[in-house]
Amino acid sequence: MLRKILYIDLTSGESFVQERQDLFEDWMGGTGAGIKLLQEECPSGTDPLSPEAPIILSIGPLNGIFPVATKTVATFKSPLTGELGESYAGGRLSLALRFAGHEAIVIRGRADRPSYVSINDSKVEIKDATSIWGIDAQNTGVILREHETGVGRRSIIRIGPAGENLVRYAGVVVDTYRHFGRLGLGATFGSKNLKALVISGTEHVDVPDPGRYKEVYNRLYKTTVQTDVMEKYHDIGTSVNINVLNWLKGLPTKNFILSSFPEGEKIGGEMFAEKYLIRRLSCAGCPIGCVHIAALKSAFSTHHEFEVRKVSYDYEPIYSLGSNLGVESAEGILQLIDVCERMGLDVMSAGVVLSWATEALEKGLITTRETLDVPMKWNNVEGYSKALENIVKAPNEFYQALARGVDYAAEKYGGRDFAMALGKNEVSGYHTGPASIVGQLVGVRHSHLDNAGYSIDQKAAKKPMDPERMVDELIKEDNSRGIFNSLVGCLFARGVYTEENIIDSLGAVGISKTGEELQDLGKRIFDEKYKFKVQEGFDLSRASVPRRFYETVSASGMVAPETVEEMLRLYRKKRGWS
Amino acid sequence: MNRKLVDLAGTKVETGAETKSPVSPEKEAPRPTQEKAEAAAHKPKMHRRLKVAHPERCIGCLGCMFACSRTRTGTVSLQDSAIKVQTQGGIEGDFRVVVCRGCEDPPCARACTEGALEKRPDGRVVFHKDLCTGCGKCEKACLVGAITLGKEKMPIKCIHCGACVDFCPHGVLELEEVPVSGG
Repeated sequence: MLRKILYIDLTSGESFVQERQDLFEDWMGGTGAGIKLLQEECPSGTDPLSPEAPIILSIGPLNGIFPVATKTVATFKSPLTGELGESYAGGRLSLALRFAGHEAIVIRGRADRPSYVSINDSKVEIKDATSIWGIDAQNTGVILREHETGVGRRSIIRIGPAGENLVRYAGVVVDTYRHFGRLGLGATFGSKNLKALVISGTEHVDVPDPGRYKEVYNRLYKTTVQTDVMEKYHDIGTSVNINVLNWLKGLPTKNFILSSFPEGEKIGGEMFAEKYLIRRLSCAGCPIGCVHIAALKSAFSTHHEFEVRKVSYDYEPIYSLGSNLGVESAEGILQLIDVCERMGLDVMSAGVVLSWATEALEKGLITTRETLDVPMKWNNVEGYSKALENIVKAPNEFYQALARGVDYAAEKYGGRDFAMALGKNEVSGYHTGPASIVGQLVGVRHSHLDNAGYSIDQKAAKKPMDPERMVDELIKEDNSRGIFNSLVGCLFARGVYTEENIIDSLGAVGISKTGEELQDLGKRIFDEKYKFKVQEGFDLSRASVPRRFYETVSASGMVAPETVEEMLRLYRKKRGWS
Repeated sequence: MNRKLVDLAGTKVETGAETKSPVSPEKEAPRPTQEKAEAAAHKPKMHRRLKVAHPERCIGCLGCMFACSRTRTGTVSLQDSAIKVQTQGGIEGDFRVVVCRGCEDPPCARACTEGALEKRPDGRVVFHKDLCTGCGKCEKACLVGAITLGKEKMPIKCIHCGACVDFCPHGVLELEEVPVSGG
């Protein structure tokens, strides 16, 4: 398997392909190769929205070849946090990259006018996108499909107006319904005048031993479709956890003022499935079909005239734009998700920014003069829809501040105690206990998926763990996910890829690794990421936790600041940073 | 209500005796082996034919396409798959699953002037690679689009082996037994 990188310079319009066998041998691929390329391409202090800031997309040795190895990782300097930007998307992108023959793409520079890049195998064209600049993310896909080849095997990734207008938490929409959602890759695209990438290819992959390949493939496939836990992603989907967490007092509600939502059942996964779910979709190469699509039917006249929108939903958007904003109806949540889809906003950050603004308005830190009379009040879906559009249009200083994230807005207007961000990244939907808080704070991209602290809290609820044990678990997950994210698999199927299965599947594509080598690599990848974070100014010893986390009961009871501080101290010590 | 939190990222796999049946129960469609005895009793000779039984259930995983190329060529390829899952207006639209219909009077074989596609008495169309010139007339003759030229510019022809059926998690595909003489 040739392991090549495609370099594209938007300033000069030039591109070239380079073989980097050494890089992939040393760092596997995916996030391992991604962080090394970021170190090569992004010198200390680079402005994340400057032409010098790179965009790196990478896949790993199993993508397109084995089941549920369906993700692509984007590595960049985050315009939101100013340090490591790392985001994962499914859809068809990893497959398109595989068959186009590029295991990574590095994009540098800035096009002199709105452009999109068309990649067809080794052919790269930079095309004029002036006529589609300003068009929403969904219609951008519709238009580009008409102009580009590769039906059924291509991937179209694009930004909406949020990315164009440099909203610091703008995402990139991947093949409709999937996203590089977090940490502002959309703004990086926008800063480069880059509206979209269309990728397709016709190559194939030869495996060293087809018989062995089939044997391993069949085993992994069987495990995937026959696993009890995967069935839950297939059935109700991730939103099944709304009711569960609500019952456990772990569902952030109204900007974490509460941790359970009295109206929770109206927005639970069961309700969505019963009344709105119309179909499920898969990323290419995954038999599960966890992408849940709801039909949002709304009347636009009194004469039985309707508009129907198909909206994908999951746990996180239902938390961030639902319980977190006090929205009591599934329709209301779907409407807000749809606005974010069209604008190209990260739903999680957007919801947390709005919940902060709602509370800040209630407390008088801001007034209707700042909000331009938009009613930002719990459960006011129309008000929130308008506010999201204003964040993108930025008609005044207040909305400009909201477009820079909750940390920035709270710095300017006050209310830091309830500005729900960790490491400047708006938090995910878990108030499960100390491991969730510490996990997001120490995580390389300040995501709940860095080390699944919420899951450690759950385990601790069943069988108590002391702070040290929790920290050990976080470190173990931090490191092992570095490997899995280098492959690049879907975290939902992480259980399928046991160490033995990872070794076997790598062996089937001609890569020989031992368990010890993998564990060592996981740790080294983590260290390289922290090197970049520290270089860009992240200091764990000075990172703060919003006081709200300590004021609202969690699924593990009240969280004491001392517990979090003790865990952070232990974490630094065990990482050798004390 | 289910009180157990589903771990959204650290899934645990339960293996062994507790494993459940595959995702969709409808998948247990009649398989040729089960019908063999019955077919023999009824005298008329039967052959197997792939059928898109429930296209609306497709989730777009492309598992069937990979199964086809993996089985046929031992490689990982979309181009070399005889079965095709196409999107109509992106994944917001419906999927179209294209398979060879096993025509009684196959236009692909009729279009071939080299005798590379030959209709056998048992109804199957077999491909003789050595006779093929890669002209692509067969591709044009099939309105369904079920025969296309692969990476070697040779037609990729479905042989109705059913390898894809086992890798469809939603029972979209079935293998049916049909009488050779048609009907």
